[in-house]
Amino acid sequence: MSSWIVAPIILPAMAAALLLLLRRSPNLQRQVSLAATALLCLSSIRVFMLAIEGDVLSYRLGDWPAPFGIVLVLDRLSATMVLLSGVLSSAVMLHAIRGWDEKGHHFHPLFQFQLMGINGAFLTGDVFNLFVFFEVMLIASYGLLLHGGGPRRLGAGFQYVAINLLGSTLFLFAVGIIYGVTGTLNMADLAGKVSQVAAGDAALLRTGALLLFLVFALKAALVPLHWWLPTAYAAAPAPVAALFAIMTKVGAYAIIRVFTLVFGAEGGAAAFIAAPWILPAALTTLAIGAIGVLASRVLVDLVCFAVVWSMGSLLVAVSLFDARSLTAALYYTLHSTLIGGALFLLSDLIACRRGRWRDDLEPSPVMANAAILGGLFFLAAIAMSGLPPLSGFIGKLMILDATRGSDSAGWIWSVVLATSLLVIIGFSRAGTMLFWKSEAVAGTLAPPAPARVASLAPAAVLILGTALLSLGAGPVTRHLEATAQQLVTPRSYMDAVLGGLAEAQRATEVR
Amino acid sequence: MEVLIASAIGVLSAAGIYLILRQRSFPVIIGMTFLSYAVNVFLFAMGRLTVDRPPIISSGAAAYADPLPQALVLTAIVISFGMTALIVVLALRGYLETGSDRVDEGIPKLPEPAEERLTS
Repeated sequence: MSSWIVAPIILPAMAAALLLLLRRSPNLQRQVSLAATALLCLSSIRVFMLAIEGDVLSYRLGDWPAPFGIVLVLDRLSATMVLLSGVLSSAVMLHAIRGWDEKGHHFHPLFQFQLMGINGAFLTGDVFNLFVFFEVMLIASYGLLLHGGGPRRLGAGFQYVAINLLGSTLFLFAVGIIYGVTGTLNMADLAGKVSQVAAGDAALLRTGALLLFLVFALKAALVPLHWWLPTAYAAAPAPVAALFAIMTKVGAYAIIRVFTLVFGAEGGAAAFIAAPWILPAALTTLAIGAIGVLASRVLVDLVCFAVVWSMGSLLVAVSLFDARSLTAALYYTLHSTLIGGALFLLSDLIACRRGRWRDDLEPSPVMANAAILGGLFFLAAIAMSGLPPLSGFIGKLMILDATRGSDSAGWIWSVVLATSLLVIIGFSRAGTMLFWKSEAVAGTLAPPAPARVASLAPAAVLILGTALLSLGAGPVTRHLEATAQQLVTPRSYMDAVLGGLAEAQRATEVR
Repeated sequence: MEVLIASAIGVLSAAGIYLILRQRSFPVIIGMTFLSYAVNVFLFAMGRLTVDRPPIISSGAAAYADPLPQALVLTAIVISFGMTALIVVLALRGYLETGSDRVDEGIPKLPEPAEERLTS
């Protein structure tokens, strides 16, 4: 049954090709794209069910044996991330087909290619293949970012493309160095070989590992490599920005995967090489994100900095690389992806109801559906800033609890709690400005925006997702604990990919 | 040969990084191109430098060159070529629409036309 693993990559790829053929009939294109996204969501559920049986499964592309061919690997972590992208993309697609997809050409094919890249990056078990899927994802995202056009998007798009091209070049340098000293790029094979690198090559290996970390940190928007994010996401069309909420998580995923499996406890000269760099950078990310939230004058900028801030909390937990902190980091990943997407959708819904005020944080006449939108914004703000009872609070509590025994617990606790306060202030000020102060402004919005309550549904679904995440925190956490356990004991991953070869290698080590 | 290749990679990367830090879009693009040339040669050299050895199986060959870096370089060339074309188009469109080719200017928050925003 392991051929299911390839479905989350193949489905969007085929859908994208089909959608290109259907470009003359927008209505049909929309329906096919919606159906393809729904199918993708179903297949990611199927893949998830396969993974929670506990075994690590691998799929050999072209049936070449493992270290020579490319493998896709399904473990609990990749299955969870694929499921997350399936859920997020379905909600985003529902929002996009209410009009955004008609603002430019080829929205749907690009959207499907983006999903293919994201799912491929989650599933692949080969470092160079990871690069290729990163590129698929990025190339689609360049097109999506420019969707709708306009000088603002072109300016932001140039910076976004330039910084990511630089990142890709660094990725290739890192891949080259690692291949040069180990002679393999298969992650499971690398995990066995990095500890056997000759002493003379150890410095090269460490350079390669840190370059790789730099590339992933760029994707994960870790300070000081985060400056591209607020510009790019704020300029992107709303559904695209909501989908991009998972792109930063691809960076975080790659950090977790490579720096537990390859450069983890058994990494030889490069064991835990990223850990001392992540913590200070993540704490700075928290501070910069929170300051950005306070300084924002536009709702979408505020959401962008809140996303940067949440990446900080996530990576603080990752930096310890033990089972408990990884559990907390994974829970926070699920939470922050859903709520980040919901907030981008909400800021778009608010902007399109406020006429010339759009999403500026200034009082305007009362917008349509103010009560429901206000309620949703209130819930989303609670979840994002980490107030009880929603999932942000549980995630933050888990992070604080997991870092209690660390040497730098004092720093972590004070920065996390202080920046949470700043984010709460930022969000409550924004909500007050948008919904309460507007009550005092006389007049009506001209022309009155059409206000269908149904358009709020996708954002509401994502917020419901975080509510479910808090209600089901027990089972979710147990699943994530098992995931983290799988990550800190990479043996099962290596056995699944290499099969008998790993056993033979171990036998020679013993001898 | 090693010294020649290594210094070529070094010079290309240095020139690339210098140009990427310039403030107009044309030097930035040229810098990107230099850097991608550097990485291509670098990847190629990571398979070790050999002369007159076939990368694929042929009868009568005593030793082989590592074929994998050559495959990686092909992929990298295709991707960087496509991306360079894209960024050239982007820079041109940006210049025509904003009248400026500076990359370090803040992105103006231009008022978007009314039909730009979704009306649902």
